[in-house]
Amino acid sequence: MRLSFRSAAMGVVLAALTSASVQMAHAADSPNPPADLKAFQKYFTDKFPKLKLKDFVNGPYSMDKGLYKQWKEKEEFPPYEFALAAGKEMFEKPFKNGKTFADCFPHKGIGIRQNYPYFDEKQGKVVTLELAVNQCLESNGEKPLSYTKDDMASVTAYMAFTSRGKPFDIKIPKDPRALAAYENGKRYFYTRRGQLNFSCATCHVQTPGNHIRAEILAPALGILNAMPIYRSAWGGMGTTSRRFTTCNSQVRAVPLTPQDDEYRDLEYYLSYVSNGLPISGPGARP
Amino acid sequence: MASTIRVRATSSGDTTEVQALIQHPMDSGFVKNSAGELIPPHFIQQLTFEHGGKPVFIADWGPAVSKDPYVKFSFKGGKKGDDLKISWIDNKGASDSSTAKIQ
Repeated sequence: MRLSFRSAAMGVVLAALTSASVQMAHAADSPNPPADLKAFQKYFTDKFPKLKLKDFVNGPYSMDKGLYKQWKEKEEFPPYEFALAAGKEMFEKPFKNGKTFADCFPHKGIGIRQNYPYFDEKQGKVVTLELAVNQCLESNGEKPLSYTKDDMASVTAYMAFTSRGKPFDIKIPKDPRALAAYENGKRYFYTRRGQLNFSCATCHVQTPGNHIRAEILAPALGILNAMPIYRSAWGGMGTTSRRFTTCNSQVRAVPLTPQDDEYRDLEYYLSYVSNGLPISGPGARP
Repeated sequence: MASTIRVRATSSGDTTEVQALIQHPMDSGFVKNSAGELIPPHFIQQLTFEHGGKPVFIADWGPAVSKDPYVKFSFKGGKKGDDLKISWIDNKGASDSSTAKIQ
């Protein structure tokens, strides 16, 4: 009698335990962006205890003293100056119908880079700054720009420049589709691909600060804050689209089409986890 | 068209430090385009910095200099407010010039 009572009590305790652990496992599995953000930023600040959060937006320069010195000198006379001037001119030049880019964007397109990408509930998809620029052009009867070429980089460079210092403020609305886009981007980020079997995270989470041949890998945290970038290796400007497609081909995977659903979701995820870090674009990278 | 030259010259006592960035394709003549045809050579041949009518820096450049070249040097003399004239001429005969005030 006593024995059976005991085992019954044990049974209750066990049942309570299992239901608790099931709940915990469930919590870890269900998407929780704010927890992701905290864990993501903590991982980087633990890995680089000497760096402040805002230093991460300067990528490899924050990880190497020599590079930092070179960069400081370069910033006095930055290589993206011509793109910036060209971008300002394009931004202000009226379209054939008399409207300008300013008519398409909130706050006339000035100082808004930190809010992109956002989830557009009407379109049911993530809208990046590059996509918004082309949607603006198309809705005004203009030809869209190539996502990987100089013109797009110039326009977005100017828009980023007017937003410098403003912290990334990506929101995930209470819409299951927005959460799904976020999860999809996260999945893309951590999925291995290509002949080299690398995920985005292999280089930019696991080994930032390390050398890959002569270059220093940038941390994923804050990597988009500096976009678009002037890369000396490219001898020119590059957009976020260009960065994504080149990263994919560098691990010998077949890149997607620029501004594909998955790339936009990836940009959404990666920008969200850098929330709070200031915009530093346009950037210059070796 | 906007100028292809960006200059900053700062005087610190008896020397003036000059930094310049020039927008130019600097095609070497050895690179092929996506159709497999050679891109004809197109590069700056001479770059001159003049102060008070006197050249203070002359560079004879060739095809080996990179695209959108950057130059930094310093010279003795030059006061705040002086004019510094910069000009370049390329192998196709095109040229540009600009004048900057020493700060």
